[in-house]
Amino acid sequence: MWEYTDKVMDHFLNPRNVGEIEHPDGVGEVGSLACGDALKLTFKLDQNHRIKDVKFKTFGCASAIASSSALTELIKGKTLEEAAMITNKEIAEFLGGLPEQKMHCSVMGREALEAAIENYRTGGKKKHELEGNVVCTCFGVTDKEIERVIRENDLTTVDQVTNYTKAGGGCGGCKGEIEKIIERVRGEKVTHEVLGPPAKGKKLTNIQKIQLVQQTIDEQIRPALRADGGDIELIDIEGNKVIVAFRGMCAGCRTAEFTLKDVVEAKLREFVTADIFVEEYKEP
Amino acid sequence: MKTIYFDNNATSKTAEEVLREMEPFFCELYGNPSSMHTFGGQISRYIRKARHQVADLLGCDESEVIFTSGGTESDNAAIKGVLAAIPQRRKIITTRVEHPAVLTTCRELANQGYNVVEISVDKLGRLDMDELEKQVDDNTAIVSIMYANNETGVLFPIEEISELVSSRGVVFHTDAVQVVGKMPLNLSKSKIDLLSLSGHKLHGPKGIGVLYIRKGTRIAPFILGGHQESGKRAGTENVPSIVGIGKACEIAGKYIEDENTRVKYLRDKLENGILQSCPDSRINGDKGNRLPNTTNISFEFIEGESILLLLDKFGICASSGSACTSGSLEPSHVLRAMGVPFTAAHGSIRFSLSRYNSEEEVDFVLEKLPPIIERLRQLSPFVAGK
Repeated sequence: MWEYTDKVMDHFLNPRNVGEIEHPDGVGEVGSLACGDALKLTFKLDQNHRIKDVKFKTFGCASAIASSSALTELIKGKTLEEAAMITNKEIAEFLGGLPEQKMHCSVMGREALEAAIENYRTGGKKKHELEGNVVCTCFGVTDKEIERVIRENDLTTVDQVTNYTKAGGGCGGCKGEIEKIIERVRGEKVTHEVLGPPAKGKKLTNIQKIQLVQQTIDEQIRPALRADGGDIELIDIEGNKVIVAFRGMCAGCRTAEFTLKDVVEAKLREFVTADIFVEEYKEP
Repeated sequence: MKTIYFDNNATSKTAEEVLREMEPFFCELYGNPSSMHTFGGQISRYIRKARHQVADLLGCDESEVIFTSGGTESDNAAIKGVLAAIPQRRKIITTRVEHPAVLTTCRELANQGYNVVEISVDKLGRLDMDELEKQVDDNTAIVSIMYANNETGVLFPIEEISELVSSRGVVFHTDAVQVVGKMPLNLSKSKIDLLSLSGHKLHGPKGIGVLYIRKGTRIAPFILGGHQESGKRAGTENVPSIVGIGKACEIAGKYIEDENTRVKYLRDKLENGILQSCPDSRINGDKGNRLPNTTNISFEFIEGESILLLLDKFGICASSGSACTSGSLEPSHVLRAMGVPFTAAHGSIRFSLSRYNSEEEVDFVLEKLPPIIERLRQLSPFVAGK
């Protein structure tokens, strides 16, 4: 059973501002029946361009309904500029926190608000469109959205990104790509924060290198592939060339080439040495 | 607040008679049945009695009853034990709708290189028998197919399946945790080689189960370190729970008829009442071929966790196949395998009754549920108007 705060239960049992405004100034619709949660937000402005009235309708679990209700309370009386500053974190904090696996409910609230504001600014013409490239095809999540959630919530793992955006929670095929986005976003952060260049790794003996490669495969790479029903085997190491073979679901997978370069090679470069390159073993 | 427990496929109340039977085995009769002294040695008599009670319900020989820690252990032991005993065969056949105790085990074995085939089901949750027939071959080590589905209650034709599998010389296992005590069994007349059951699903204690192993079935020991349970499952016996599951089986035998008459009547009344009072609701699974105590109903346009939490406010306990209740993001694998639309799967609720339920409880749920459904539909953006 989920441990919901009293405030979540209060907003679930007594949701504020339920309904749909007739002739609204802005409408935002996100999610779908298939995804398991969806939210329709409508608002009306007063003559000072402040949100005079806002209503929601939500299909979803208790935390989705509570997040929607919280959102309407947070934005009432605000200008659109002020409302647009609200993050999913503020929605969750307003409710006294949400279970980690339910954070995507707060993200859905923020997305609906964004869509409604966009709809207002385009004179009611524009419906919400996905921005950026779709990474997770199961739940229709784009790289832009993932990047934003990583930044706003300071996320570091693929599981966290799944909890916050649902991306990677279906077939799991995009987990490698999510990992890349995390590295990219966190990489940016590192360059902002770290002053000097990172310390040079010390030179490895061949045996040390082989052990480290094997260890990296075991600990960093295999679990991710296993999650998708695949596996990897270390075949040989010649200098900086590492030869591996894909097994299980990975064997013959059309994205194996991608996995090879962007997961296996990237991980080995991160944990062993930067000049490693990886080749796939071909049956002689 | 009174609890209305309609979640008996998750776990069930331990019968008071079962608890009373177990009590002396904690502080008085606490000896180890393997001991040489009478104080310990006498305990084996009670274990024998329990084994007899289980065998009676299953219609098998006492020597074919192995006590385990529960249904999940029995499932794991059956599958892995057979694979270890027949290492040259590399194929496992199961279904897409198994309990995770079987499905996760098989998928892990697939990672280890076994060829795992998952047979599909149709819209009503019925097994594709043609596909099964095609798949059972000389390389197949074991076929593991559940007797009844825990989510929908749909029964598979296990007698027919076991005849087919056995005629090809392949070992057949069935997870029967939802069936034992609800349907009569006579294993001595069937071709089932291995069968799992669980104590807490039939008003016995938790942490105890049984693996039935037909005489002559090749299976490797699954826990080493002692002679207990014919050397198959070592470790000092969980005496109180063994006594408990024995008593639970004895009582269950007496209530099988009640399950199929009174409990079935209550389930049908609940189901029909809900379908009549809640528009856009539907049954998941083959209505004519189900456990007598289970119903799985989908409510369109609303989500299962919300329904459960509102029922909980009235002390009503049920389950859902929605994504949100499991912590995963996709709804029940069983409903998806049946091709139930996502829209209906997210709003699915399972009610599972037992002999401890009453007609007043059914009436209470029929009074409280429709306004909950109506209230959530008013919140839903997919319902027009209002």
